[in-house]
Amino acid sequence: MKGRVFKQACWDEPVILNMGGKGRRGYTLPALKKDTRKPVRDALTSLPQKLLRKTPPRLPELSEVEVVRHFIRLSQMNYGVDLGFYPLGSCTMKYNPKINDLVASSLAEIHPYQDESTVQGVLEILFTLSRWLAEITGTHEVSLQPAAGAQGEFLGALLMRACHKFNGNLEKRTELIVPDSAHGTNPASGTMAGFKIVVVPSDENGCVNLKALKAAVSERTAGLMLTNPNTLGIFETDIAQIAETIHDVEGLLYYDGANLNPILGKIRPGDMGFDIVHINIHKTFGTPHGGGGPGSGPIGVCEELTKFLPVPCIGYDEKHKCYFLDYDRPESIGKIRGFYGNVAVLVRAYAYILSLGAEGLEEAAETSVLNANYLMKKLSQTRGFELPYAKERPRKHECVFSARTLYKETGVRALDVAKRILDYGMHSPTTYFPLIVDEALMIEPTESVEKEELDRFVEVMKKISQEAYSNPDLVKKAPQNVAVTRLDEVKASHPKTMTLSWRMHQKRNVIKGAVP
Amino acid sequence: MVKSLSHPYIPNSILETKVQMMQEIGIKDVQELYADVPQKFRLKRRLNLPKPKPEHEVKRHVEALLSKNKSCGNMPVFLGAGCWPHYVPAVVDSIVERTEFLTSYTPYQPEVSQGMLQAMFEYQSLICEITAMDVANSSMYDWASGLGEAVRMAVRLNNRADVLVPEIIHPERLATLQTYVEPLGLHIKSIGYDPKTGLLNLDELKRQCSDKTIAVYVENPSYLGFIETQVEEIAEITHHRNALFIVGVDPTSLGVLKPPGEYGADVVVGEGQPLGNHINYGGPLLGLFASRGDTELIRQMPGRIIGMTTTLDGTKTGFCMALQTREQHIRRERATSNICTNEALCSLASALYLALLGPQGLKELGETIMTKSRSAMQLLSEIRGVKAPVFDSPHFQEFTVNFDKVGKTVKKVHQALLKHHGIHGGKDISREFPELGKTALYCVTEVHSDEEIERLAQALKSVVRRGNR
Repeated sequence: MKGRVFKQACWDEPVILNMGGKGRRGYTLPALKKDTRKPVRDALTSLPQKLLRKTPPRLPELSEVEVVRHFIRLSQMNYGVDLGFYPLGSCTMKYNPKINDLVASSLAEIHPYQDESTVQGVLEILFTLSRWLAEITGTHEVSLQPAAGAQGEFLGALLMRACHKFNGNLEKRTELIVPDSAHGTNPASGTMAGFKIVVVPSDENGCVNLKALKAAVSERTAGLMLTNPNTLGIFETDIAQIAETIHDVEGLLYYDGANLNPILGKIRPGDMGFDIVHINIHKTFGTPHGGGGPGSGPIGVCEELTKFLPVPCIGYDEKHKCYFLDYDRPESIGKIRGFYGNVAVLVRAYAYILSLGAEGLEEAAETSVLNANYLMKKLSQTRGFELPYAKERPRKHECVFSARTLYKETGVRALDVAKRILDYGMHSPTTYFPLIVDEALMIEPTESVEKEELDRFVEVMKKISQEAYSNPDLVKKAPQNVAVTRLDEVKASHPKTMTLSWRMHQKRNVIKGAVP
Repeated sequence: MVKSLSHPYIPNSILETKVQMMQEIGIKDVQELYADVPQKFRLKRRLNLPKPKPEHEVKRHVEALLSKNKSCGNMPVFLGAGCWPHYVPAVVDSIVERTEFLTSYTPYQPEVSQGMLQAMFEYQSLICEITAMDVANSSMYDWASGLGEAVRMAVRLNNRADVLVPEIIHPERLATLQTYVEPLGLHIKSIGYDPKTGLLNLDELKRQCSDKTIAVYVENPSYLGFIETQVEEIAEITHHRNALFIVGVDPTSLGVLKPPGEYGADVVVGEGQPLGNHINYGGPLLGLFASRGDTELIRQMPGRIIGMTTTLDGTKTGFCMALQTREQHIRRERATSNICTNEALCSLASALYLALLGPQGLKELGETIMTKSRSAMQLLSEIRGVKAPVFDSPHFQEFTVNFDKVGKTVKKVHQALLKHHGIHGGKDISREFPELGKTALYCVTEVHSDEEIERLAQALKSVVRRGNR
């Protein structure tokens, strides 16, 4: 196998609260002038004594050098896109262009309440980006405010609420429909917005069961949340009938944009009949995910819903030829966060679209689909793994395999396979999702991977299959080449042993083992 | 015809590679992979977007646009109000840019993500130390949405109907709270303030706080910069009715001010941006969220929490996501929140910042801010017609400046400052709090030099002297 030797660093690094030495410091503040000493005393004596902090916080005392070395060591025990293949399904872990980080850094010291005359540059970028996103999604107007995809979903569900309320029938519209293959955020967001979640099953092709959907809709239906292509990577070909079914009962159709990448420039959610669309900037537009965030989750809507968007939107004043923050929206649902959105993320997306252009976005979509289908084809002969649902149909951005047979025949589960993949210097696919597939391994290669790396992944999967049949313990004991072996996740969550802060650790001291 | 673009971000966009891959799949054209999409939904034209640009042109284009902005680096800016200018040590930027952190996803595979997981555990632990709370999550989007989530958490615990908030609250925070609780049909009631001091009207609080009260929320320091000195009394009134006490903080004050965990807070929210994160035109921000350690509270917490554990064989310590059964990817419609992507990298920056400052640094930071803002208040209040601050109370870093006796609107004063003196004044709050007259909210932190504060005073003096022109 043209494998590579991989050994992640393992530093046994102590918890930072248990490091350092008295009096050390990593940062000094500008000194106060002598004649400002008196105000220090005044400032502090102006406070009632009972409000002063008596015992300093137990923060570590560290020199700058120690802080740097600690965190660099930690960074070496972390795997990112820049290290290699990251086929985490539905997460679209594509390459994050360096130029985008560079250009975004000049935003650092701009305050959101600055006079509009001093921020025309950033307003122009945001205005143009929102227009571009509207063009890409086929929607009428885009709000850049949501901080993440899930917040976009919450906003989307709130817009449904606002629309039904405006039409005077919110009391009746209590149900939100989601397919059983939906991302977990869909039902969670719908519930937050006050809807009762109605789940519709998938059909034998892994798509929305039209019959079941028709049975589920009624005058209580507020809307349907759907991702297309769905979480199996299959395009919902019945989308016209689905849209009609929902619109016939005056429900709204919501597009979960987690899977937008494969249809960029090819198909637009708005054209398929979706009324509300969220976009995961950190997936589709290549902004770094930062180990969990920040992301950005703009929402695009059809014309009828624009009046409900949160304030402010970014406007352009033709008369004075300037951009401005538009708060004049009386039907707006209000605000879902402070200020205007995750601007540093949005500027990166602007640069990304600028680099790829219309042609490049389409190329990205097509190549991501080509890569996924190539993997699907090459992996389909791997012993123990099978492709559930619609074998003959092409996938879009991702493909989902089931390790059910492997589990039955060798006792090796999808989880074990995922851990073993880490040993070969790659990140694992998403596991156990979508819920309609047993022992699921959800693989999204994205367009940011060369053919040789795809072939290497196929070889790794084949090797693991062989290992499972010949020496299952090897796979079950994985990983061995990364910073730690398999972790006890039950212990981390059990009421008797959960240790969620250093303070809790000092109180309870229940994590026995070598705590450095 | 198979086309090819060969873009640097798309390795397989080479014709030859594509042909090889297509042969493997058994197709002649990538379009065949879209054959199942009904024709009427296929976009028959190119998107109306610019043509691809090489990197150099992207850089030139974006930089040219951004150079139209003026920033806190080009002029003294005295704005705060939810997002504050502070110095970010070079170490913070340098580590946050480490690609292993920057380009990683949510740590779903903990064994290969120990670096980020440990850093998040450390962030949570450091937040617990400064707030004196037991548990913190690894981030919310920002203070405003964190407050919304805190109230939703509180109502899950006691299933009551009203939430009490101070009348002096950031209007965007209040608007966000309203959005978050509207679907639950909760009532938000505002509690008035003492017009002399700005402090919460305790009599009104006592009247309003009942067994219907979900939670009482206060901010310390307050939105208008004064310090709420009655927090212990407020905690007592709140707990007397078995309601939850939620406190919103600016963490840079916690080296000087008593932490909320020591005066009875059940939940602490706040803005983590000042701890090592740049302003970035208001986003990303960092929502702080901490709670007392009671199991029932922890079970209802929103957001990702990282826990310490051991390897299965018990030989080594490690870190992983804990209590995932609260979260959307497991619990779906019964999750405590829908949050998935959070602000992890901003928490990393804050962990770095707190580690660099240490206990002494955090104390000095608070003292420096209080001192500088106090000298600024003194200087400005010496200008005839200007009153700073409006409230007779100790302030932290922000303070109100009133121009009623100047005979000019805040807007006029600000335009003159910006146009003639190259100084950006504070936030105009005349419309937010009409009862305070022509008032602005100014912010002074450790980044404002004595010279800049002096320049502001001189400029204001000159603007005011020009009278009502």
